[in-house]
Amino acid sequence: MRYLPHTEADRRAMLQAIGAASVDELYRDVPASARRKDPVDLPPHQGELAVERELMALASQNRPAGSMASFVGAGAYRHHVPASVDHLIQRGEFLTSYTPYQPEVAQGTLQMLFEFQTQVALISGMEVANASMYDGATSAAEAVLMANRVTRRKKALLSGGLHPHYRETVETYGRWGGFDIKSAAPDPAGTEDLAALIDGETSCVVVQNPSVFGQIRDLSALAAAAQKAGALLVVVVTEVVSLGLLKPPGAMGCDIFVGEGQSIGNALNFGGPYVGLFATREKYVRQMPGRLAGETVDVDGRRGWVLTLSTREQHIRREKATSNICTNAGLCALSFCIHLSLLGEDGFTQLAQLNHARAAQLAEKLGTIKGVTVLNDSFFNEFTLKLPKPAGPVVDRLVDKGVLAGVPGSRLWPDRPELADHLIVAATETNTDADMDLYARALAEVL
Amino acid sequence: MDKSQGRISRPDAGPTAEIVTASGHRGLQIEELLIFEQGVPGRSGVDLPEPPKVKDRLNGMRRQGGIGLPGLSEPQVMRHFTRLSQKNYAIDSGLYPLGSCTMKHNPRLNEKMARLPGLADIHPLQPVKTVQGALALMHQLAHWLKTLTGMPAVALTPGAGAHGEFCGMIAIRAALDARGQQARRRVLVPESAHGTNPATAASLGFEVDSIPADARGRVDVAAFKAKLGPDVAALMLTNPNTCGLFEPDIVEIAQALHDAGGYFYCDGANFNAIAGRVRPADLGIDAMHINLHKTFSTPHGGGGPGSGPVVFSEALAPYVPLPYVVHGKDGFRLVETRESGAEPFGRLKTFHGQMGMFVRALTYMLSHGSDGIRQASEDAVLNANYLLARLKDVMTPAFEGPCMHECLFDDRFLKDSGVSTLDFAKALIDEGFHPMTMYFPLVVHGALLVEPTESETKAALDEFVASLRSLAARAKAGEAAAFHAAPRLTPRRRLDETRAARQPVLRWKPSGTSRQAAE
Repeated sequence: MRYLPHTEADRRAMLQAIGAASVDELYRDVPASARRKDPVDLPPHQGELAVERELMALASQNRPAGSMASFVGAGAYRHHVPASVDHLIQRGEFLTSYTPYQPEVAQGTLQMLFEFQTQVALISGMEVANASMYDGATSAAEAVLMANRVTRRKKALLSGGLHPHYRETVETYGRWGGFDIKSAAPDPAGTEDLAALIDGETSCVVVQNPSVFGQIRDLSALAAAAQKAGALLVVVVTEVVSLGLLKPPGAMGCDIFVGEGQSIGNALNFGGPYVGLFATREKYVRQMPGRLAGETVDVDGRRGWVLTLSTREQHIRREKATSNICTNAGLCALSFCIHLSLLGEDGFTQLAQLNHARAAQLAEKLGTIKGVTVLNDSFFNEFTLKLPKPAGPVVDRLVDKGVLAGVPGSRLWPDRPELADHLIVAATETNTDADMDLYARALAEVL
Repeated sequence: MDKSQGRISRPDAGPTAEIVTASGHRGLQIEELLIFEQGVPGRSGVDLPEPPKVKDRLNGMRRQGGIGLPGLSEPQVMRHFTRLSQKNYAIDSGLYPLGSCTMKHNPRLNEKMARLPGLADIHPLQPVKTVQGALALMHQLAHWLKTLTGMPAVALTPGAGAHGEFCGMIAIRAALDARGQQARRRVLVPESAHGTNPATAASLGFEVDSIPADARGRVDVAAFKAKLGPDVAALMLTNPNTCGLFEPDIVEIAQALHDAGGYFYCDGANFNAIAGRVRPADLGIDAMHINLHKTFSTPHGGGGPGSGPVVFSEALAPYVPLPYVVHGKDGFRLVETRESGAEPFGRLKTFHGQMGMFVRALTYMLSHGSDGIRQASEDAVLNANYLLARLKDVMTPAFEGPCMHECLFDDRFLKDSGVSTLDFAKALIDEGFHPMTMYFPLVVHGALLVEPTESETKAALDEFVASLRSLAARAKAGEAAAFHAAPRLTPRRRLDETRAARQPVLRWKPSGTSRQAAE
């Protein structure tokens, strides 16, 4: 077995040093009823070639987004990731190190996390960010928990423009964690009046911008209304590339910014691992969940980094911790950090412009097809179409024409028949003119 | 998983480094500024096409003013992150005996497979007919996990071990609710547990009740039984436990718990000691998370991403959260809403789980096979016991008898030496090793928890033993000052954690103090 270095002679010598006749003796505390004499009923070990064949056979049963004209978004986006990103994250010193508990031998990870935190704070316009969370939806749930702690209230108000998977995740944390949730109805038009639903019990208002339907809103008035009522405004961004072009949450009075960082540096990966972003105001930093890297000096006075404010965390506080979280999305945060370092101010802004332009072109093309309406008055790189028939079967038929057309309303809101003819469509810099022409032609054909 | 090394320390002033260079670099140790201190406006590491001119659809919400991101070229970025990487210790560089974290070799085939376009370049919301292979892979991983544990169901979605605990404990609450036993609110947690256990229980509104360890480092069965009652919801127990010991009374404990109407949650952080040899189902466990980044070698990546699938007993199987994969006559389906016959407790994450980690873990499983997984567990246990045997005369084992995959020492061997567990660990860094886990579990004074994993050769273990024996002798010989000054050979020496916590600097600012401190 190529990963196991011991020869039988090694094992014998070691057992002798231990003073045990066999390895079975070392398992003597296992109750006799639970000891298994034989290997479990699974196939035996295999060489690289055989394993590779097996995995490739599974992979070949999928149709990669890159092999088709792909316009699927709704919380995960296909962007181009520069080759150097994947090269760097596979350096063993990043890939095979652990949480930087011993800072003297982990300055690389710690400095990177400090840079990541700064990048997240900058693009969101917030004061301080943590070292990442599992993903966008869990980040949103943790934001509500944090708002509950800050306000000492227990009722979250969720926008109808929030991605339904985020809403469902927050609902899981609420139902079992003991807080109440009021969710507004799905809001394709972006006309809901959330401010009117805030009351004296509301701990936070959670709103996504652009919304899951793609609408862009100025949240400044909502922030003011929330804060006037003693509640916090949580702003969710599932497509962080939008922050290269749009007014950031921090400039609209946001108290907690929550993001899905997958778009920068990370592949689609069929849904994970991704990287949850989390940022807030400095005054709330001690209520934040998750890890934080902070600057300090070593005994010689040289600048260095450590994990800090860990008195919030479970390994110190146990049942009084702000969260049970004890990992971050380290490697995905590294991908994000490298990709955004490559982009820089100009590249990030231009990437955002390119995405917006692509989506605008696509909306123009699809909007002229008979029976198709673009519902949005505004969007970044994603918008919602209303079709003359249910979108699910249309999407299925378009697969056969080489197009991944988007996410049908029935997939995200199976209990909302009124959204069945809605189709959420995303365009990014990866989409060519040919992709868009193919889409428009194919859609006209199947309708 | 968590390491309770978080106690903060402020180093004593020690002798400064003797060698002074004009650059500040020291041979292969290169000083590296922050990206924000290197960037210049107008530079970029990507070339993008000019965006086509279109009518803006932004509703007047365009960003005003700059963002503040630095501009760097690709070679600058390559060099920056390469230099940063060189300041990290890693499994690839050497023995990483961090107890409870299972720093085993991360096979590169796993990485290659996770990057196949057919697995990496698929969108979670593509039509399911275009992702049958991905669903088949999840189904196959589930089959391996269920077979290895003997459990009938598995929730794949949790994003990490602690998220798995959250998942398992919600399922227990759901089952109690279904039985009309909402009054069961007390969760028994041994003092030696990972901090995540009480934190998870508390986050779900449970009341945490600590149970003591006995003199053997195991659950005190009599004390445990005395705690049982009609308000007990569950026991959260790590097995093998955090002292690196198998709980010999586990079947009796499970029986007593079940008789009292409670559920048995097992923290599976240490499954790597028993995989292929012991099935948790045979121990009476109702739910157990499995850290794919420990037992099944997905990379730790500097602290994540993890992946924490949870196996469930028959009693908890109906509550597996959404979404999950089922196999039917028309191929694989992804169940995303509640269907009859199931009571999913909700959704835990944006999408279907850490797919990239599933690919790596399955690749590990297929490579090792049933025989290799069992052998890996045995070798992990053999290696830990070998270290214990070679060190027990100079360090003080916390408990009698053989250990499982990790061996635990207390700090009695450092008594009156002026050397603390922390000092001892820092000195080990200068010896070229990553320290063991320090000060965890809490039930042992000045704990040093050593987990070598199955990946190490006997020669590597012997070298490690030689360093530890030398350090123990030097501590005994009164060289405390040298320990207090350690580490001396690292890019940075001991860092002032107190200052970091009292005056938090959590981001770079143009006007900040960062640069001055660097110079």
